[in-house]
Amino acid sequence: MTTTHIERRRRRPFSIGRAAGWTYLSIVLIVTIFPFYWILRTALSNNKALAADPSSLLPVDFTVEAFRRVLGFATLAEAQAQGGNVAGFDIGIYMRNSVIYAGISTVLVVLFSALAAYAFSRLEWRGRNLVFGMLMVALMVPGIMTLLPNFVFIKQLGLVNTFAGLILPGALFSAFNIFFLRQFFLGISREVEEAAIIDGAGRLRVMFRIIMPMAQGPIVTLLILGFIGAWNDYFWPLLVSTSGDEVRPLTLALAVFRQSAPGTATDWAGLMAAALIAALPMFLIFLIFGRRIVNSIGFSGVR
Amino acid sequence: MAVDVAPLVAAPETRETREPRGKRARPSLSAAHRGDAKMAWLLISPALLGFLVFAVYPTLRGIYLSFTDFRVLGDANWIGGANFVRMMSDEVFWNSLRVTIYYVLLSAGGVILLSLVTAVILHRLTTSTTIRSVIIIPFLVSNIVAGVIWTWMMDSQLGIANELLEAIGIPRIQFFTDPAWAIPALAAITVWKGLGYTTILLFVGLQAIPVQVYEAGRLDGASELQMFRRITIPLLRPVLAMVVILTIINCFQIFDLVQVTTKGGPENSTNVLQNYIYSKAFGQFDFGYASAISLGLFLIMLVITFVQMRLSRINESDTD
Repeated sequence: MTTTHIERRRRRPFSIGRAAGWTYLSIVLIVTIFPFYWILRTALSNNKALAADPSSLLPVDFTVEAFRRVLGFATLAEAQAQGGNVAGFDIGIYMRNSVIYAGISTVLVVLFSALAAYAFSRLEWRGRNLVFGMLMVALMVPGIMTLLPNFVFIKQLGLVNTFAGLILPGALFSAFNIFFLRQFFLGISREVEEAAIIDGAGRLRVMFRIIMPMAQGPIVTLLILGFIGAWNDYFWPLLVSTSGDEVRPLTLALAVFRQSAPGTATDWAGLMAAALIAALPMFLIFLIFGRRIVNSIGFSGVR
Repeated sequence: MAVDVAPLVAAPETRETREPRGKRARPSLSAAHRGDAKMAWLLISPALLGFLVFAVYPTLRGIYLSFTDFRVLGDANWIGGANFVRMMSDEVFWNSLRVTIYYVLLSAGGVILLSLVTAVILHRLTTSTTIRSVIIIPFLVSNIVAGVIWTWMMDSQLGIANELLEAIGIPRIQFFTDPAWAIPALAAITVWKGLGYTTILLFVGLQAIPVQVYEAGRLDGASELQMFRRITIPLLRPVLAMVVILTIINCFQIFDLVQVTTKGGPENSTNVLQNYIYSKAFGQFDFGYASAISLGLFLIMLVITFVQMRLSRINESDTD
């Protein structure tokens, strides 16, 4: 009887509380999404015409010139006629740099973390818990503490403005990744592994053929989250890619573009087009892996 | 303290984590574990190297540098606690600390309150993964992209935010050039960016609360508000405490958003600690002093974490 009572309460077609709740959620969703629409609307506007109708919900004087400018297809004269101001902004190079930086550092750190996590979860050796505990202390040290000395070190190695300098500090070790994968490995039953070992399979073989495939899900999750983090990273690239474009990632280039824009005649349309392109890989990841990311946030607590 | 993160970070697949060692291992297997030690050290060597070279060494070096007058070019000379004495009488440092705390209060406060409300409402109304996916989109874009979007939307002349204000009869606000508005504006952007992520963390915490508790509450005639205060908050406490710490620590490290919007201005009103550290280190090459401030920031964050954990008794749950 009690359950039916509750069921009925739940299915009640209308209540003020529920309506208020949905109204609130709708507002949250609109505020969340609107800025993305606004970038698109601005990027598809004529920069010179933006001032004429700043509150128009549709693009003002619709044009794709801003994208052409940012992608380097427009001539200087065309760009200037449009109120454009993207000289020296070579988005192709930045995009390539970001892919190299985010791609390599993410793959390496997940690989090395998986190896370490295997040793910390499936192998029996003296000092295992002690070493593990030591590594986990790193979770507490904030980035700023290591950032300046790491820069000094990379500079001493002569690796400023190189991909090696950009990638190396983050490519070997991640306390969070190790912790995360160790948790997962600990949960895998030992039976399969033991059977394989009794059959004479070596440790490495067991790891790569049995354990790693079983851990595919968490590994992919870490790759996605790591890639997002590295793609959006700003502080470290700011320190290490100081001169020129050779290694400068897109996120940093976008910030430089924004900062160099003159206060009065900012190329908003161009800036929005560039921001949209910079965020494009993240939107793609969202479309493909959105659900997985949401489900991983729950138990990972990563930022 | 790192280990205390475990309840929140635990992968769901592992209910039973540590099985008693060797209990289930058959005797024939001890032979298989003989080569384990060598293999283990081999497997952890890249991570261990990274840990030693890029985490331990820089941390120790940072602590050392904060007692020197290191300026990148030339040697580091030991100057004892001079940098810390200088900090005490550095007006800009104190201003940065005040500005950072003000920002943390607004942004972390906003993120936590709004995401708690959103999570609770979401939890009562729908389990739709689509809605939860959509609200995390801002979490995926960089602070730089977020900053670029919002400087445009909050532009004093052409920004849509000011157009809206004007439409409802409120005078335009110079969000990024008025010292009184700059920090609230940055906090608003942070709330926009962090809301979805934090909401989902809390949502998962809410899902862990047994439905029966609410049903019992309802039978006893409790109102939604009473259930929120008497059931939701106490049972959510461990997750909530963790979220509060994570959010505060994250907000303390604000930097890129400031760089792309105000660069610390106007009149130092957004010169947050990391921005000040950066300008000391790379504007004036005063690495020793910058390291000292970094150490100060680290200690502040450590104290906050510690106090928070004490206050919220993070490891105890009311569930049991």
